[in-house]
Amino acid sequence: MPEILNVLIASVIPLLFILVYAVVILWVEIKVASHVQDRLGYMYTGGFHGWAQPIADLLKLLTKEHITPERSDKILFTLAPILVFASSYAAYAALPFTSTFIAANLNIGIFYIVAITSFVVIGILMAGWSSNNKYSLLGAMRSVAQIVSYEIPTVLSILTVIVAVGTLNLQEICEIQKGGLFSWNIFKYPPFMLITFLIYFTASLAEVNRTPFDIPEAESELVAGYHTEYTGMKFAMFYLAEYANMFLVSGIAAILFFGGWSSPFGEFLAGPGWGVFWFVSKGLFFVFLQIMLRWTLPRLRVDQLMYVSWKVLTPISFVNLMVVGLWAILK
Amino acid sequence: MRQYFKNIFVAIWTILIGLKLTFKHLFVRAVTIQYPDVKLKLPDRARNRLYVNIDDCIGCRQCEMACPVDCITIETVKALPNEDLGVTSTGHKKRLWVTKFDIDISKCCYCGLCVYPCPTECIYMTDVYEFSEYNRHNLIYHFSNFTPEEAELKKKEVEQFELEQKMKKAKPAEQVTVNNPENIEKKS
Repeated sequence: MPEILNVLIASVIPLLFILVYAVVILWVEIKVASHVQDRLGYMYTGGFHGWAQPIADLLKLLTKEHITPERSDKILFTLAPILVFASSYAAYAALPFTSTFIAANLNIGIFYIVAITSFVVIGILMAGWSSNNKYSLLGAMRSVAQIVSYEIPTVLSILTVIVAVGTLNLQEICEIQKGGLFSWNIFKYPPFMLITFLIYFTASLAEVNRTPFDIPEAESELVAGYHTEYTGMKFAMFYLAEYANMFLVSGIAAILFFGGWSSPFGEFLAGPGWGVFWFVSKGLFFVFLQIMLRWTLPRLRVDQLMYVSWKVLTPISFVNLMVVGLWAILK
Repeated sequence: MRQYFKNIFVAIWTILIGLKLTFKHLFVRAVTIQYPDVKLKLPDRARNRLYVNIDDCIGCRQCEMACPVDCITIETVKALPNEDLGVTSTGHKKRLWVTKFDIDISKCCYCGLCVYPCPTECIYMTDVYEFSEYNRHNLIYHFSNFTPEEAELKKKEVEQFELEQKMKKAKPAEQVTVNNPENIEKKS
């Protein structure tokens, strides 16, 4: 019985975190977007700077009608948003929030995350296919093509870190980086880890369909690509999954390169409680950076997208992996 | 090959420049004006809702004639000799009751042409621009002090008076015809 309770608690905490974080980040995204453009954004709902607006938006989505297109594949149509959200939620199991809390302390943690997040691709393709709408399918194909091609530089840069630290366990990776700012992975093997981080960050942007790689959605040009036919709660699930994925890739960046839950001041401000603070704030910083990039960069063309992936990121990450590997052997 | 690395370097560098710019704008004061709470000051000569100070109106109908869209309707009734309507604030003597002064503001094109001919400066543009209504008929503004019933009454009163006047004028004429011997001869 206590074991079941443990499992329940361990699974509910990340879910609660995702829900709270999604509401907060929805607000932050709108606010950053408007302030970057010298506007105010919403100011009324809830009083202070419209803090209750995302809650109102969510309630609106919850109460909306579920519309399933007549000729759609009903089973896949319902399954797709669940699969997309479930795969990104499942990946949170292996994220070490602090030195004492990790839902599943897997020895192959990062491998598990890479494996489970590729389910997102299947979910997206499922959504596009089952909508029985050629534009949804095209959007899904573009999205899948993008995610699959950017998975290679992502995995290669993750592999570079793994070569450097010698473990797949995310908790151990954080443990290794304990002891202050300069024991973080980003400062090892200069400047190759920095390059690895840049490659990882760029590729992860493409993986979560954020600007400048938001061709599948392209909100100013297309109608949202693969989730065109979705309404209400199912649509909200896609959004939730997108925001959950944003924190997931940022959290992995924080763990692999910036010490995860370890404090930047060594033993000062360290401990399980501060661990949560450091991990979440590091993750949120990269989420913030993603939002800022959205309002800074224009969208890439499809051929430019493929150029960046196959001719820039992939070869450089290969070279990077070789150099770091050689250096690690020779050391 | 050199071009390839140069391109990568330029890409990263320009992204940093762009980020610097967006970060700077994150702290620039927003230009938004929270409209219903805060309002921009209108220019002095802004033309918005018309207003008529009916106490100063002499019923000359100059504004009605100037209006290019015929949105002003005026009806006047002559004052009786025993009624004194007083003077306007500009010193003009008022000779007419203005029984109806309606402006259909939904027709108004805000040209301001009615303002200039007014001899007593009683019709003018105000700075009110929020006057939307759910019913179109509410956009017809009645500026006259008379209700339609009162106006009708006034009209009848004047007609009555004029009729009496006519009678008075007609009576002496009749007497003349009666008293004239030539007329009698012709009649017979």
